[in-house]
Amino acid sequence: MAQKAIREADGKKMMARLLKDYTGGKYPVKDRYITIGPETDMKKLPNKYKWLLKEKLVVKPDQLIKRRGKSKLLLLNTDWKEAEKWIKARMSKKVTVGKTTGILDHFIVEPFIPHEQKDEYYFAITSVLEGDLVLFYHEGGVDVGDIDAKATKMLVPVGEMPTAAEFEKKLVAKAPKDRKKMLAEFFEGMYKFYADLNFAYLEINPVVVVGKDVYPLDLAAKLDDTARFVSGKKWGDVEFPSPFGRIRTPEEEYIDMLDGKTGSSLKLTVLNPEGRIWTMVAGGGASVIYADTITDLGFMDEMANYGEYSGNPNEEFTYLYAKTILDLMTQKPNKKGKYLIVGGGIANFTDVAKTFTGIIRALREYGDRLKKQNVKIYVRRGGPNYAAGLKNIGALKEEIGLDIEVYGPETHMTNIVSMALKGGK
Amino acid sequence: MAAKKTTQKKTEKKSYELFDKTTQAFIYNRQVAATQRMLDFDYVSDRETPSVAAIINPTGKDGLEKFFFGPKEILIPVFKSMKDAAKKHKNVDVMISFASFRSAPKSVEEAFEIKQLKTIVVIAEGVPERRMKELIAKAKKLDRVIIGPATVGGIQAGAFKIGNTAGTIDNIIESKLGRPGSVGFVSKSGGLSNEAYNIIARNTDGLYEGIAIGGDMYPGSTLMDHLMRYEKNPKVKMLVCLGEVGGVDEYNIVEALDKKKIKKPLVMWVTGTCAKAFKTDVQFGHAGAKADAEAETADAKNKALKKAGAIVPNSFDDYALKINQTYKKLVKNGKIKPGPEPVAPIMPADYAKAMKAGEIRKPSSFISTISDERGEELFYGDMAISDVFKKDIGLGGVLSILWFKKLMPRYACKFIENVLMVVADHGPAVSGAHNTIVATRAGKDLISSLVSGLLCIGPRFGGAIDGAAQMFSSAYDRGLTPQEFIDEMKAKGVNIQGIGHRVKSVHNPDMRVTVMKNYVKKNFKKSPLLDYALEVEKLTTSKRDNLILNVDGVIGICFADMLRNEFPKNVADEYINMGALNGLFVLGRSIGFMGHHMDQKRLKQPMYRHPWDDILYMKE
Repeated sequence: MAQKAIREADGKKMMARLLKDYTGGKYPVKDRYITIGPETDMKKLPNKYKWLLKEKLVVKPDQLIKRRGKSKLLLLNTDWKEAEKWIKARMSKKVTVGKTTGILDHFIVEPFIPHEQKDEYYFAITSVLEGDLVLFYHEGGVDVGDIDAKATKMLVPVGEMPTAAEFEKKLVAKAPKDRKKMLAEFFEGMYKFYADLNFAYLEINPVVVVGKDVYPLDLAAKLDDTARFVSGKKWGDVEFPSPFGRIRTPEEEYIDMLDGKTGSSLKLTVLNPEGRIWTMVAGGGASVIYADTITDLGFMDEMANYGEYSGNPNEEFTYLYAKTILDLMTQKPNKKGKYLIVGGGIANFTDVAKTFTGIIRALREYGDRLKKQNVKIYVRRGGPNYAAGLKNIGALKEEIGLDIEVYGPETHMTNIVSMALKGGK
Repeated sequence: MAAKKTTQKKTEKKSYELFDKTTQAFIYNRQVAATQRMLDFDYVSDRETPSVAAIINPTGKDGLEKFFFGPKEILIPVFKSMKDAAKKHKNVDVMISFASFRSAPKSVEEAFEIKQLKTIVVIAEGVPERRMKELIAKAKKLDRVIIGPATVGGIQAGAFKIGNTAGTIDNIIESKLGRPGSVGFVSKSGGLSNEAYNIIARNTDGLYEGIAIGGDMYPGSTLMDHLMRYEKNPKVKMLVCLGEVGGVDEYNIVEALDKKKIKKPLVMWVTGTCAKAFKTDVQFGHAGAKADAEAETADAKNKALKKAGAIVPNSFDDYALKINQTYKKLVKNGKIKPGPEPVAPIMPADYAKAMKAGEIRKPSSFISTISDERGEELFYGDMAISDVFKKDIGLGGVLSILWFKKLMPRYACKFIENVLMVVADHGPAVSGAHNTIVATRAGKDLISSLVSGLLCIGPRFGGAIDGAAQMFSSAYDRGLTPQEFIDEMKAKGVNIQGIGHRVKSVHNPDMRVTVMKNYVKKNFKKSPLLDYALEVEKLTTSKRDNLILNVDGVIGICFADMLRNEFPKNVADEYINMGALNGLFVLGRSIGFMGHHMDQKRLKQPMYRHPWDDILYMKE
């Protein structure tokens, strides 16, 4: 649960749906944004959206990619025929943006708004402890440069709702005279929209003014997903896509689903399914430290996953979580063998023996596969009932012949990592 | 407890102290386990007063709740309203909110209204950020300290523990948290704070105070806030801190080091160095743990801290080593003088836990052998309820297990069912049914009406079943011939139970008796008592036509035969003496009585008053 990025199209659709409620009906945004995914039947679109064939269009991927223009992932001033061709040529294809390689699978199509460079402005709101920082620059677009240094910044203290007059005075002073008022009014509405919908970040670059209309040309936004119970209705059917380059595996989605079902926390990110070091660590803090230690010891490339379970999940959830990881890690054998780190700090209130029963059940079930693939298991844990938990999991060595070593609070938390990886390279 | 006790007085706290040995808190929301853990900590810390003054239960009622305070039990008041609690407990200055992410902000607002509540702890994870920022701003204005959200809390060793911090009492003792040491600790993560207390206990003279500020983007108080308190506190000699990737709080610490605002040695490590290993952004377990800029990475923060003079390990692996080295240096310089280790009071073992661990035993007050509902599935005897249906053992089978502790063969279970069917009702006129009807018509409920009928069952009504079984088996067992038996009863002037009917006779047989007799003859291996009774009947009916073996007799006698077929004689007799036969009648006839009750209700029958003319009023 945290700040999560949304698709550009979802953000713009929200504006189209709701912004008018915050501007007294002024500066309406027309809902002319289409999301095209791998399943979309593009042939049917012109029938549904008549403007597609009438307007000049803009097409770009909608997958949280920054600087699309610079990566040639932008098609401007085109028609539907060309747009369709352009998307088809790219859909489900790999591209590399900066250092990240990913598959293109979502595009946004919208009308092209003819304008001049001087009509572009930069606008952003970002959440800070003291309130929200509103940024404005009287030039916008891809080439705006170091906006942190250039932009006019206005802090809106917690709980305040600045008026258009304030925005006009403090934020848009450098805008052309005849546009100050309308920009200020638009921003006043945007801020209310941002605050009421529990955005954590909202950037429009550029905001374009043509005549009496304001257009958000390029939008990036994050919502605070903990506020779903407050603003969820207004968000509508919003999606939180994974960062570009990360494809959610079915296992990750499965753990997400489990996570949603319990009051406890279950997280899984597969970093490298071919990696030889797998972790099953209790605790949000401890899990990071285990991953750190693997990195710090130089085994970054062998680290197969990041994840954590915490908040006293019951036996069933722990079992399902453990099973998912064991299944993933034994899908392909590796001649050099593999490691499983069942780590954790000293729990505050999680019953270690109880959570271990789920892990033990999964280990039993996958015992043969683990043995066949030379998986060496290291366990370290403390907390309520830890002695019983460690004894039970350690007994698997005798019972089913797992290669397992077990340690308690007397051993430094991350020592099992160096024990495991010593000579493992 | 210590032999000599100085009374712990409440003194004015210094600005840098949030807690002391007299600090008392409100627990918001009923949290029995966490409350008990606080009180257990109090006991091993040799506190005189419990650290929980009252529980606020907004959805409950005012009242009292029992807890242990060491070996004693105490009552802790429960209030529906925090304001009421505060009025009664003016010394309380800490509010620990266990409210959910939805209602936690409301509980904090409530605490804001009450001036005495200086420190507010929010345990919940998932409080919306905008809402939290509002609370933080308001807290600043009102000069309150918020710890959390998304935290386990914190602990001042030997003085005050928040909620579930530091876990169980074993861990508290093992990590020497019952008495103060010299180390001030602060981290984001609650789970890791407990790990750190363990490290600190093993490598220094122990913890003075530890706080977990919580993993959210906007914590109510920051790493820096707590480090500054420790810096000002002369009892804290060294600082230990765990930072985290994401956010810029650590740079305030860098600045404080640079400006010499922090002069005490600070051992610090920022976790999340693994982030660079990930090709795309990864959201770690904590909401705030995400680097959006180079400066927010763990590597950059560790580097800056080291440069500013913090003692930064190379990885978490040698965190303990650095802490130990720093501590030893302070001892060497004479800044810390390790004292003798006080003996912690022995915590009485928790009964349930000790029992589970097999450390204690106790004779039980009750014993039960027929069923067990504790496991995943309900068991009747050895049979899981799912098997009861899978094997289709029927009502007779269930009764067989629960009454006689074994599943008897199908013929016997079927016989039991037959009996129940046969005795289920015998019309509205019999005394029990009549009583049920009268009670029903007096407006009584089902159970009262039923019981009113059942209470008639005894020697004259229904009791003949029992009596017949006893009389016939006694005679048979003593080897009396049927004639000798009849003569004996005649000599005693007692009617033979189970013999005789008001209207039925040899020529007009009772179909109920015929059905039962035929079943037994066909299905029982042997039925010596029935055979004996039929011999008796031959003799009695030769005298009078209606002195037949009646339905009570045939049931009682056949049932005794059945028990003797399935159990040793003494066991079978014991069941009869326990009243098993009566029980069978009660069970069966209850069906009829309830039927009569419902019948009367359905017919909306009015109150029944017996007519005068049906009663003979007279004086003796």
